[in-house]
This record gives sequence, C-alpha cells and structure tokens, in this order.
Amino acid sequence: MQVEPWVVLGFCSSIFFIGFTGVLIRKNILIILMSIELMLNAVNLTFVAFSRQLHHMGGQMSVFFIITVAAAESAVGLGLVIAMFRTLRSVDTDDIRLLRE
Amino acid sequence: MDISPVFFYLFAGSAIAFSVSVILKKNPVGSAFSLVMVFFSFAGLYALMDAHLIAAIQIFVYAGAIMVLFVFVIMLLNSDVPSLDMGRTSLLIRSLSGFFAVVMVGIFVWAFKESPLLGLPGEFTSEKIELAGGNTQVVSELMFSEYILPFELTSVLLLAGIVGAVAIAKRDKSLSGRT
Repeated sequence: MQVEPWVVLGFCSSIFFIGFTGVLIRKNILIILMSIELMLNAVNLTFVAFSRQLHHMGGQMSVFFIITVAAAESAVGLGLVIAMFRTLRSVDTDDIRLLRE
Repeated sequence: MDISPVFFYLFAGSAIAFSVSVILKKNPVGSAFSLVMVFFSFAGLYALMDAHLIAAIQIFVYAGAIMVLFVFVIMLLNSDVPSLDMGRTSLLIRSLSGFFAVVMVGIFVWAFKESPLLGLPGEFTSEKIELAGGNTQVVSELMFSEYILPFELTSVLLLAGIVGAVAIAKRDKSLSGRT
C-alpha cells in the first residue's frame, strides 16, 4: 500500500484552506496571525513533497528561507499587535477604524 | 510516494484535527496549544519524507521560538482584558467562507489527481543522498555553495526584522498622552 502524491498535496491544500478560513471568520488578531502560520506550514509541506517526488533539493532549500521569513514576520506582527493593543485596548479587528471616523 | 501509510495518515489526521481546533477554539491559549500540536505533526511528516534537518528546525523554530512568542504576547495582553475572544463574524460570512474553502480544496484535489507531476526529475535520488552522507549533509553543502546568496540575504532580512520589531513595539513617548 502506497501513499499517492495527490493525497499528500490534497492534504497540504486542505490545511492551507483551513488557515484561509481562519483568517476570514475570526476577529481576534492573534488567531489571524496563527492562521497565517498554518498557511505557511502547508506551503512548506508542499515544497518538501515536490522535492521528494522530483528528486530535487531546491524545494527543501526554499523551506529554510520560508521558515526564516515566517519567524521575522511573526516577530514584527506580534510587535504590531502590542502596538495596536496599546492604542486601542483591544485585539478585535473591528476596532481598527481610526481612518473611517 | 514510498512513505509509510500508517504514519502518514496518523500525522495528517492529527494535523487536520488540531488545525480545525486552532480556528474554532474560543480561548486563544487553547488555539496556541493546538497550533503546537499541528507543528509537531508537521515535523513528523517532514521526518517521514526524509527531510530530517527540516523536521528538527520545525521543532526548534516553530514549536520553540514562534509559539513562545505567541504565548508570551497572549500573557502580556491577557492581564488587562477578561477574555480575548471578541465575538466572531456573522453566520453568513462564516458559512460562505467555509463553503468556499471546501470548494477550493475539491478543485485542488481534482487538479492534483488528474494532472501528472510535471518537471524534470533532479539528481538527488534517495540512494544518492544516502551515499553522500544523508539529508543533513547534502542540504548543508548546498546551502553554503549553490544557495549562498539567498542565505546571506536572509541575515539582512533578520536584521530588518529585529529593528522593525523593536521600533514598532517600543513605547512612543509623544503618543502616550493622546490615548
């Protein structure tokens, strides 16, 4: 019994769209950042699956750079969350309306 | 793909279950710990696909560094508000986005199933990697030879990330009187 490549890639896309749904349906900005991490992880797994399937190391190298970008992104993103909480006393994305008023 | 089906379905099932729990849990601390379990499942999947160095780095960077950052920020913010969950979007948006996600997953699975894997096969077969000293050795040699320029650019990116995070999160004296 074998695992077909389309099963692995379909699993990656389902994780990606779970994260995508999380960005759409949640209003807590921390959960939105976590959903972005989920999407990045799904893309990483797709890279590794293709790297193994095509016997090419470029996919695994891309994963390293994506992990670096994800670490920098979450550091800056959580800094933004702290700045937002200090200004608005809230982590609800509906409270970000300084430009609308 | 010649990987063990039992372990693949075990890790994949737990990853899907915990990632659904990440986006549905009311308490952000619960979401954070579900996310840790998702990262561990992904590390297992990487190890299953012979990407051992990536599996180790997944544990270090994601389950270690990024999750500590998340939990730390939740702790910092939680001292002021009773609950961080500020309600959710309307039922219409929720059901529409869920429906859209299911449709898109269906389209992706159909496309992956029907189309052949394109691209020329490279030179790194598993026998050749084994002969060269394993996954970690091959990846390290590539990183410091063929991919040296992106590797150096990564350090510039990290420096910009450090400066940006400090500059953004720093308390601004001129704005403190306004709020």
